[in-house]
Amino acid sequence: MTATAITPGFARALPRHVPLRQTVSDSLVMARRALVKMRRTPEQLIDVTVQPVIFTVMFTYIFGGAIAGDVASYLPAFIPGILAQTVLTGASAAGTTLREDMDKGVFDRFASLPIARIAPLAGALLGDIVRYLIATTITFAMGFLMGWRPEGGVVGVTAAAVLVIAVAWALSWIFALVGVTAKSARGVQGISFLILFPLTFLSNAFVPVDTMPGWLQGFVDVNPVSHVITAVRDLCNAGTFGTDGWLALLGAVTVVAVFAPLTVAKYRRHAR
Amino acid sequence: MTEPRWAIEAQGLVKTFGAQRAVDRLDLQVPVGTVYGVLGPNGAGKTTTIRMLATLLPLDGGTASVFGHDVATDAHRVRQLIGVTGQYASVDETLTARENLDIFCRLHGLRGKAIRTKSDQLLESFGLSDAASKPLQNFSGGMRRRLDLAASLISRPPLIFLDEPTTGLDPRTRGQMWDTIRELVHDGSTVLLTTQYLDEADQLASRIAVIDTGRVVAEGTSDELKAQVGASSLHLTLDDAARTEEAGRIVASSVGSEVTVTPEARRLTSPLADADHVTDTLVRLREAGIRVTEMSVTKPSLDEVFLTLTGRGSSAAETPDDAEERAA
Repeated sequence: MTATAITPGFARALPRHVPLRQTVSDSLVMARRALVKMRRTPEQLIDVTVQPVIFTVMFTYIFGGAIAGDVASYLPAFIPGILAQTVLTGASAAGTTLREDMDKGVFDRFASLPIARIAPLAGALLGDIVRYLIATTITFAMGFLMGWRPEGGVVGVTAAAVLVIAVAWALSWIFALVGVTAKSARGVQGISFLILFPLTFLSNAFVPVDTMPGWLQGFVDVNPVSHVITAVRDLCNAGTFGTDGWLALLGAVTVVAVFAPLTVAKYRRHAR
Repeated sequence: MTEPRWAIEAQGLVKTFGAQRAVDRLDLQVPVGTVYGVLGPNGAGKTTTIRMLATLLPLDGGTASVFGHDVATDAHRVRQLIGVTGQYASVDETLTARENLDIFCRLHGLRGKAIRTKSDQLLESFGLSDAASKPLQNFSGGMRRRLDLAASLISRPPLIFLDEPTTGLDPRTRGQMWDTIRELVHDGSTVLLTTQYLDEADQLASRIAVIDTGRVVAEGTSDELKAQVGASSLHLTLDDAARTEEAGRIVASSVGSEVTVTPEARRLTSPLADADHVTDTLVRLREAGIRVTEMSVTKPSLDEVFLTLTGRGSSAAETPDDAEERAA
């Protein structure tokens, strides 16, 4: 070991609480851990790499002709739709990852360290932003390869990417709550899918809303995902940001305001 | 606050899991700068006690403080004073040893070059330098434990909890772990160690609490406890079954206590108060021309300690540990 003696327990001056600055830096360290883990277990990234490639191509050629007459005219409406679906699928994994992590011994160590209680949670969700970024880039690239030429230009597409990632991060708190609440990782996955599918499919992602029955249109119109998709379409195809953009952001803020405190409270009870 | 003398002071600790009282009014006082052993069978409440003291589980009753700071109301301060190494390695399996240490160093506020220096030093002193860049999946149990302990020592905490640090380790690795623990105390740390092995507590701990069904059933130095438990035993196996009775009389007079004779197995067993008596016994058997094929001296086992202290064997308390793990 080392020659230097250990400072005795009684001789130490100790802060009583975690300062805010440390809360932020602890969370960033935990985000860093999430990134190192991604590098070590690249198979975790299948849902944001392989899946967008396959789904984008598959759905374009299946639905394109039927819905828009031909593939080229379907892409402007479809790419934003599949983007939202892909990124949200990526977000839905947040709960499962968190649950698996919490079941491991390493979370015991985090709980015994003098760090902010929220850091392991916040860090994991922050690290996920990289996953959303990968999914977004690949989906846009696939659209471009198939002939999509967004009128909104680089600025519009970039803004759309930022919007969709921000909303995905917000919605990931819903899945995080499932993650800290459910008993097993398998349970988390099941519940996450039950939330994910209505959110993404009961929207304007794939087909025009006016083809749906009236009662369904009612849900589709209040679904924040629909507003995100419309906003992304506006940004990509016209470079404009309108009511739907604001509604999407409002929805995102509301979700965070409701689900983040619930998740943290639930997690603290576990991590205490 | 009057000058506190205890690294840990716990009074009337209670933890219930459902209908099960895992820890039942447990008292503990751990002096600063010593190894304190908590000895007990599976399910006695050792892990639950450590988890409460380390702020990992809320207390259902009683009070506990670490260097005078209450674990319930002053948890953040307590966490700055402790290192915890659990029964199961609490490190990231998918990461390498160095990546693990990097994360934990950062969580302790180290940045830049200090991380490298600290990690190198810990990897070196725990003999992990060569394996530093390998993912932990390729690590042996002993290597994981050492990394786990290394991670607990980053902040050089004055109090270290070691929950069964050598369970499942081979004898050589166990010996290395013992050396490490001795060095920690030499450097000024206090160590609370749980173990199922009387031998381990005997080797390391200056004081031992024997716990059973969540309570302290005996407390004292190793010698004090052994005196309560009784002596070692001498076992002899003879060459010639016909002479067991005669040998029994010789052994009885040499060790000065009663001998259990099993002629069909050619075996003799006798309590041994003083190891010196073995020499006399063997010399006198040789003089009588009685050949001994096997000779052994066994220390009191944990089972015997338990039998003596609680009036029953330790195996009776096997089930609660599972309940404890599930609930925790």
